[in-house]
Amino acid sequence: MTDVVEGTSMEPLAGPRSFALPWRRSSASDALWRGVLVVFGLSIPLLLVGIAAALLHGAWPAVRAFGGGFLTGSEWNPVSDRFGGVPFLVGTLASSLLALLIAVPLSIGLALFLTELAPRWLAAPIAFATELLAAIPSVVYGLWAIFVLVPFLRDRVQSPVSERLGESLGIFAGPAYGPSILAGGVILAIMIIPFVSAVSREVIAAVPRAQREAALALGATRWESTWQIVLPAARAGLIGAVMLGLGRAIGETMAVTMVIGNTPQIPHSLFAPAYTMASVLANEFAEASGDVHRSALMYVALMLLAVTLVVNALARALVWRVERRAAQ
Amino acid sequence: MSQMTLRHRRRRATSALMLGLTGVAALLTVLPLVLIFGYLVREGASALDLSFFVHTPRPTGEVGGGMGNAIVGTFEMVGLAALIGLPVAVLAGVYLAEARGSRLATAVRFTADVLNGVPSIVVGIFVYLLIVVPTGSFSALAGAVALATMLVPMVTRTTEEMVRLVPRELMEGGLALGMPRWRTMLGVVLPAARGGILTGALVGVARIAGETAPLLFTALGNQFWQLDPRHPTAALPLQIFAYAISPYDDWHRQAWAGALVLILLVLTLSLGARFALGRAQRNA
Repeated sequence: MTDVVEGTSMEPLAGPRSFALPWRRSSASDALWRGVLVVFGLSIPLLLVGIAAALLHGAWPAVRAFGGGFLTGSEWNPVSDRFGGVPFLVGTLASSLLALLIAVPLSIGLALFLTELAPRWLAAPIAFATELLAAIPSVVYGLWAIFVLVPFLRDRVQSPVSERLGESLGIFAGPAYGPSILAGGVILAIMIIPFVSAVSREVIAAVPRAQREAALALGATRWESTWQIVLPAARAGLIGAVMLGLGRAIGETMAVTMVIGNTPQIPHSLFAPAYTMASVLANEFAEASGDVHRSALMYVALMLLAVTLVVNALARALVWRVERRAAQ
Repeated sequence: MSQMTLRHRRRRATSALMLGLTGVAALLTVLPLVLIFGYLVREGASALDLSFFVHTPRPTGEVGGGMGNAIVGTFEMVGLAALIGLPVAVLAGVYLAEARGSRLATAVRFTADVLNGVPSIVVGIFVYLLIVVPTGSFSALAGAVALATMLVPMVTRTTEEMVRLVPRELMEGGLALGMPRWRTMLGVVLPAARGGILTGALVGVARIAGETAPLLFTALGNQFWQLDPRHPTAALPLQIFAYAISPYDDWHRQAWAGALVLILLVLTLSLGARFALGRAQRNA
């Protein structure tokens, strides 16, 4: 039986429409089976719609009370029931963008190293190591970050940098507490590198070999062929990979909650504590002080869902387009 | 001529430098893995003993105790989630493979990928509204439903890929013999894709076993033994989180021990999956 599996992995007998065999309209059992499959297939979009509907329902009182002002309000005060989502939006964007700034060059560098340079005996264990990184649970990253990463950043990065540059450059200003946008961004970067680099590897590997060989034959160095031919050819897919990483960073909860400082203010410095959309939910939802507070939190959840849906849909569309082109 | 060689040399040097930098990037990305595992073993192993596995957490201030109830709770919820999620995921994956090419299937595939990207904390709130509010109680069942919600889109996609790898002739053969379509799929095609589907399922289960955020408002956590799925239940990731952000040294030690146990559990599942697939292919 398994003979078959091996055979196909080497020479794909099955075309892209392998199971598009005609259904017998007369057969009752076929019709029933088809119905069962469609129901289970539709359960997935239903789940997505259900999530959006449930959040909208839960957030509705806050949506009515605060309306669009929620998206521009920067005060978050459960005592006086005044709620605005801007600190979380800013915290999420700042930590995620910092994560991308660190993770993207490293991920693409890693992907290039694995596809273009490394011999097999070296590439395989490194690829395995990044897979292991992807398997580490978020809470374990958070634990490590609290006790190892945050103290390191506080003593070796934040203190010296803010002493030297803090007065002239605002983003490095402020006391070195430890928990900060910087700590959140760094741990996020470590967490998304496996995903960004895995997708980058696929799209870089999908660039036809002949293009590299043509560049080399014309006298380009290996780096020139990589930088001027391979990377531009893989650009759309790489953007998709980066957006997938962004989607992950935006939605990541536990590790960030444990190191970002959880302060509902708009941060003005990389070293200042902040709050993200996901982490305010993790911290406050279970202990929400009242219906308005809880509803405002669901408004935040709705914002978070909307942002991740847009980012992920764009990313998927980009990566799919590349894969389809590679398949042709 | 000498200008040419100079320029040539500079280009070669740039090439070597930049390619060298990609190697540095590779090194930098592997470094955290080494650091994290190093600390986990160093800090975690010293706090691991038998009582960690058989006792419940002690009250604040008392040294000792363990995470036995949280370990059992994690197994309970992950098992329930697999029971709920895997059948849905496999059938949805079969649907995607069977209806390949249709517009509806493309839309379903797209939503599966998008659902995969929905933040786990949002899934937690969804299940809080869906189950915790109507039943009036946090429960292991709610936790399991939240985990299953994360499991379904992952396993659906891997199942689809695996079913598609099975040659069309197998399906045709079954149908030509007069077997009903459902029997051909369940009795011939799925068994042929068994190894791959199992691998995808195990990888998915490994991922949800380490999840914390979906359990915060569903399972909630518990300081005591609780096997009834209708009540709040402890889970290993929840306990690690609670202890990690606490101010007590003894709890920090236990958090490291819990993290070591959790990572061993997750890696056993995902490496086991890899092994299962490898063997299925070797036996072929």
